[in-house]
Amino acid sequence: MATTIESRTPAISAEGLPVEELVVNVGPSHPSTHGVGRFVVHLDGDVVVDVDPVIGYLHRGIEKMAENRTYLQVVPLTDRLDYVGSMYANWAYCRAVERLAGLRVPERAEYLRVIVCELQRIASHMMGLGAAAADTGAFTAFVYAFDQRERVVELFESLCGARLTYNYVRPGGVAFDAPEGWSDDVMSFVRALPARLDELDALLLGNVIARGRMKGVGVLSAQDAIAWGASGPTARGSGVNWDLRKHDPYSVYPRMDFDVVVGERGDAYDRNRCRVLECYESARIVEQALVQMHGGGVRIEGLPRLLQPAPGDAYDQIESARGALGVYLVSDGSPRPYRMHVRSPAFANLALVPLLSKGHTLSDLVVILGSLDPVFGEIDR
Amino acid sequence: MTSDEMLELIGRISAQHPRLYPLFSHEFGDAVVGVEPAELLETAVDLREAGFDRLLMVTAVDRGEKFVVVYRLQSRALTAAIFLKTQVPRSDPHVASLFGVWPAANWQEREVFDLFGIGFDGHPDLRRILMPDEFEGYPLRRDFEMPGMIRRPDYI
Repeated sequence: MATTIESRTPAISAEGLPVEELVVNVGPSHPSTHGVGRFVVHLDGDVVVDVDPVIGYLHRGIEKMAENRTYLQVVPLTDRLDYVGSMYANWAYCRAVERLAGLRVPERAEYLRVIVCELQRIASHMMGLGAAAADTGAFTAFVYAFDQRERVVELFESLCGARLTYNYVRPGGVAFDAPEGWSDDVMSFVRALPARLDELDALLLGNVIARGRMKGVGVLSAQDAIAWGASGPTARGSGVNWDLRKHDPYSVYPRMDFDVVVGERGDAYDRNRCRVLECYESARIVEQALVQMHGGGVRIEGLPRLLQPAPGDAYDQIESARGALGVYLVSDGSPRPYRMHVRSPAFANLALVPLLSKGHTLSDLVVILGSLDPVFGEIDR
Repeated sequence: MTSDEMLELIGRISAQHPRLYPLFSHEFGDAVVGVEPAELLETAVDLREAGFDRLLMVTAVDRGEKFVVVYRLQSRALTAAIFLKTQVPRSDPHVASLFGVWPAANWQEREVFDLFGIGFDGHPDLRRILMPDEFEGYPLRRDFEMPGMIRRPDYI
């Protein structure tokens, strides 16, 4: 474990006994940080007094790089934001460009976007749950979750050739139409998924050890979730019924019949349970989208390679696996964005760590981190 | 919320709060309201009272002599979202912190401070967040230069 003791601060307690506050540095290369995040933890015995998350280890300056590229050249950069959910960043960015340039996307492309993003949600939640399970020692659940994620990644590979950085959603549509037989493969995957999810749900969240580790740990109240800008399963686990697909609907989501999964207690268990239950809803949406989708183009015909939107600014957001993922774009009329900003849900959710972990033990901190499902590519940008 | 309802909402909020002035409305389907930096904090409290309970985003845009500080607010109850914008001079860029209104401003304001060098008065913990503490300069300013940074030629 890359955990080192950084310094000791001796003090005297009210009873006159010497007490030491331990400052333990967790990370930046630590398996339970889900990437390269560093946490400076102040401990009283084994109890967390304060946490200072130190981020920026993966900061590549994507917002600055975007100012130097054309609108189309920025799409591969957005792949590198949330690297377990590239489709979301692609789509959020493309929606902002389309809003800025006033483009209307063909319907088949909208359906393909919904299908890939719901599949991505399944893959991303499987990754998050698997990692959260592995952190608590439940490695079998990790393998079960990764099995399902692998199937989604294979579907994406046959769709666009890439397993991680898809570059699939483009301004004005999607890069390619689905290959022959792809829809049937997707349909058989989502039809088989609920049984696999039942298995995982019972194995991980029905397990008495996992319940003991997760229940009552890192409780987030609904008021705090709203005030701190939390979104996605992190907010919904606290009972905040807010899902952009339902409450700020975009694309073809108004035509879909699905439920918003909402937790009650706001602890790590409810957040993780929301992720499992959301995968059932995603499978439902994909099934409906495949039935509703009909032929047609997948790109706006004759769209110039060099987009030059009129000066102005636009913000658009989608519901990613981690929450409200928004892209703010400013155009000055040139072929390159004047400014791009990514509103990252994982960034807002990670800011909750000091609030959630005070009073819990160091080993609970790992569970809390896992339940927030941080992806540092998106946090650091 | 339709754009007509949005216009009506903005009109209603502006009438109640004379400090607020609509810059332009729903040019891209978005309502934008501007405010003087001195009155930002009071306006933010008013907007939260009006139902905008979520602060989604804080960022800034470098406009040469001025920085535009951009806030994105959303309301689940009103099913509406608006931009709140204010301008600060480049020579002395600082604005009131909204941490007391929406705690979500905590890290977002630190990020703007880190990358633009805009100060947030009253922020409890204003220090760099993405760049190293010893880093000099503010990378997202348009005039930021660094050895090894390549600017693409304009003809692309």
